[in-house]
Formats: sequence, C-alpha cells, structure tokens
Amino acid sequence: MTLNSLTIAEARDRLRARDISAVDLTEACLSAIDQAGALNAFVHHTPDLARTQAAAADARLAAGDAPAMCGIAVGIKDLFCTRGVPSQAASRILEGFRPEYESTVTQNLFDAGAVMLGKLNMDEFAMGSSNETSVYGDAVNPWKVDDRLLTPGGSSGGSAAAVAADLCLAATGTDTGGSIRQPAAFTGIVGLKPTYGRVSRWGTIAFASSLDQAGPMTRTVRDAAIMLAAMASVDPKDSTSADRPVEDYEAALTGDIRGKRIGIPREYRMDGMPPEIDALWAQGAEMLRDAGAEVVDISLPHTKYALPAYYVIAPAEASSNLARYDGVRYGRRARLAAGDGVTEMYERTRAEGFGPEVQRRVMIGTYVLSAGFYDAYYNRARKVRALIKRDFDQAFAQGIDTILTPATPSAAFALGAMDAADPVEMYLNDIFTVTVNLAGLPGLSVPVGLDAQGLPLGLQLIGRPWDEGNLLNHGLVLEKAAGFVAKPVRWW
Amino acid sequence: MSITEAEARKVAHLARIAVADNALSALAAQLSDILQFMEQLNEVDVEGIEPMTGVEKMRLKRREDVVTDGSMQDRILKNAPDAREGFFAVPKVVE
Repeated sequence: MTLNSLTIAEARDRLRARDISAVDLTEACLSAIDQAGALNAFVHHTPDLARTQAAAADARLAAGDAPAMCGIAVGIKDLFCTRGVPSQAASRILEGFRPEYESTVTQNLFDAGAVMLGKLNMDEFAMGSSNETSVYGDAVNPWKVDDRLLTPGGSSGGSAAAVAADLCLAATGTDTGGSIRQPAAFTGIVGLKPTYGRVSRWGTIAFASSLDQAGPMTRTVRDAAIMLAAMASVDPKDSTSADRPVEDYEAALTGDIRGKRIGIPREYRMDGMPPEIDALWAQGAEMLRDAGAEVVDISLPHTKYALPAYYVIAPAEASSNLARYDGVRYGRRARLAAGDGVTEMYERTRAEGFGPEVQRRVMIGTYVLSAGFYDAYYNRARKVRALIKRDFDQAFAQGIDTILTPATPSAAFALGAMDAADPVEMYLNDIFTVTVNLAGLPGLSVPVGLDAQGLPLGLQLIGRPWDEGNLLNHGLVLEKAAGFVAKPVRWW
Repeated sequence: MSITEAEARKVAHLARIAVADNALSALAAQLSDILQFMEQLNEVDVEGIEPMTGVEKMRLKRREDVVTDGSMQDRILKNAPDAREGFFAVPKVVE
C-alpha cells in the first residue's frame, strides 16, 4: 500500500512508531497530486510549505508526544484563508488575494502538526452542489463507470475528489446546506458537519453565517473523529463559537450502540425516490438494529419546507456577506471607463467578478431583504426555521439518540447533466441535508453501498447538538456493518 | 410572485451588479421561478412563532472595550487593487 492511501489513524500510528516519516508521506501525496491533474481537485499547490511543515513534523515526532494530526498531509478547501497562499473561494472576484492571516481552523491544524498540500476546488463561494460554479473549472469525481465524467458533488467537490483519489489523507470541507455530506456520499468517503458553533468560522470566507460550519472529510469514521478534535476549538475571534471544551471524539468510538434509539423520519421518504436509495436506507436501519439499537419511526413534519426556507435565509445572509466584495480592499477591480464613478466601479466589479449562480443568489437575497418583502419572505422563513428546529427538539425529547436518513437523492450525476435544468432542480440535491444546517445539528455522511452502476451511496446520521462523539460512534457501527471498501478504479 | 423586468433592474442595482438590458428578461424569469419555489412557505402556520435568530440561546460574548489589535496599515492595504499614501483609492465620489 502506498503511503498516500493510508488512513489518518494508520499513518499516525506508523509515524509515532517512526516506521514512516512525515516527509515520505508528504512526498507520496505530492506525487499523487502531480499525476491527478485530470481531477482538477488541487487548484493552488503548496509543495514548499508542505515539505517545510513535514520536516518540522518529523522533528516533533522524533521528540515524542506529537499530537494525532502531526505529519498528516491534508488538503484545504479554497474557502479557508491561509496566510500568503491564494484563498479565493473559487471566485474571480478574489483573484490575486493572498490573506495576511490564517483561519482558526487551519491554524489549529498547523498547531497540531498537520501538513498542507494545497488548496482545493469548490463551488464559487460554496454555492452549488456539483462543483460546476468554480472559476477554476469543474472538479471531477474519481469514480467513473462509463465515458461520462461525473461530479464529485459540491460545494466541497475538490476536497471529496482528493480524499477519494488518495491525493491526501483527509481534507477540510465546509457545509452550509450539505456541502460536506453530499460530496462525501458522491465519492464514497466520510463527511462530518459538526454542531453549529463547534468549529470556529474565523478566517473562513463567509457564505451564510448562521448556517456555515467547517468539518472533516476523511476515508473513515475514526479519521473524522481524530480530525474534528484538531479542527474544533473555543475561539474568542468567532462570537458564535461555543464555550464548550473540545472532546476526545475518538475515545467515544466504542462500537457499542446497544439500547440506543434510532429515529427513521417518515417525511424523508420522498416521492420519486429511487428504489435503490430506499433499499439502502432500510439496510442501514437493519445494520443498526442488528447492533442492538432500537429503530423507531418518527415524524419531522416541517421537513418539506426546509428547502424553500433555506433558499430564503442562505441567499439573504449571502447578499450581506458578499457586499464586502466591492473592488476596494482586496481582490479584483474591473477596468473602468473614463468618467466612471464609484457606483460603476462596484457594479462592473461585481458583474465581472461573480459567476451567474452567485449573482443570482445575491440578487434573491437582496430582494427578500428589501423593503416590503422582508416580512413576507425573510421573517416567514426564519419562523419556519424555528419550526424545523422544534421538530428535531421534539424527536430528541422523546428519547431518540440519532436519526438515520439517506444522504442524497441519487448517486453522482454527470458533469453538465444539469446545465439545462432550472436552478431549483439543482437545489433539490440538498433535500436530506439542509434541515440539519437549519437546526444547527451535527450530521455525518457514511458510505454504505454501491448502486447498480457501481457508484457509491451514503447514508446520513443526524445527532443531538454537541453529541458528535455519540454520532460518530453510530457512524462507526454503520461503517463496520456496511464494510464499504470499494475504491475508484484509477483512470486519471 | 412574478418579477417584472423593472423590478429585476431595481434588485440588480440594489445588489450593485451591472446587468445588461438584454439580460433582464431572463433574469426576471429565473428570479420569479426561485420565488415561486419559496411560495410554499405560505402554507405553513407560523402564528405565534418567534423568528429563529440563532441555533443555541447564548448571550453574545463580551470583552473589555480596549484596543486588542492594530498598527498594521501596510498589511491591511497589501491586497488592495489601488492603495496610495496609506489609503484605499477609489474613483472620485463627490463632484
């Protein structure tokens, strides 16, 4: 087995045993990345930084007592600001931007000794479900069953492709409506969106501030537990960072879920759902039952309204957050004609700098926040959001520990397949994941099987707030029972 | 709810995004479709429900009102498309 294919847990143990070096592990990943240009996953390469960090990690490992992530080579989504390294949220408007500061998440990872291989492709400003809105071009799914190139999902498509193709051991993702869990499911990897407030948002380019949450994308549940512990922190620089100590999530992985109550929400059985997804969902429930859990039907009655509520709230917040891209302080400014004033500068800069999906969402957000419509759209959506959260609160109050749902309504689709579709059709990808962001809960996508074509499918587990340890433990049971070991056959 | 071309022009201006006149009708149609999708929210009985402002009821953190950071003008200006004499430069705003 090549070093770049190791899990974090395996690499950690071998690094600590001095059986392998961080430098060799990093070189194996850099070489895999060099050969994987066709996936367009890494969009900014930082081999010099990686080699320096790997050498430092080896020194730390030699001294003993190195943290779990020490020497682990990871990819970082382009949404995270990384000092001196291009960080442009896959947008033309941030062309040339090199932050003068480090995001809390990447700083935490670096403090733990992690090695950054480069920045990963994504949908522009994390707005998309197929990685097709990126200024860098599409990221490509390493899974392929015929002539078509498939989407790795989005918005964390580059992260998912890189982890699935063994270009790095793990990657950071961010999830506003499903952007970690959907790409994880499309590529056969594990993706965790933590409870809102568990991971600091400081230095992560904002999309929708009340929904955004960063998390790990890894090859195993254990790796997600290890990496979450390194990413999470209590951060005075993020006013919504929770004052709760970071736990040892790996220690929670006992594999014992006897007596736990698993909720199966009936509203997630959508009309027209492919029979394969339905069957997978039933199999997943059976696996948890076999492990000694009790499986219970539950109702989350406002599920149907989650997507429309999300597509009011997220664009509203985005329109405010993206107001800062005005061609003045950073990024790209449009070339101005003689006599152009400051308004023309804003309007041209933003017309040139933002892609069509971002423009659409900023305008929708502007509309729903504008005078006369604020109550009808924005306030109503926030009330519906409160009802969605109440549905979950009531389920948990009835003694439900974890909720099991499909992760996505289909397997990965072909790049370009949705070109002719209207924007709302693409939004339907988030149907099973978006409720979790609205309620601020932790959600975990675990690969469970392959569809008839041979493409990965995932299931989602939803946990109680701040209960990541227990959630990951359920994920471990599912992972073990499913025995998902399939890997994409290399074509790139 | 259907958006007219005039309303699309207005929202584009409020968002400070230049949209060519010949693109307005397509934009209006797309925005209308998305708003149509949101109309479902009108089916929900939200009587007496408080709008959700945050996931967890927590008091925003406070700290002493003192300077904690600063004196980094050069770093702040470093990424500006046009910076002169220690300032961000923009086209003339006031005639």
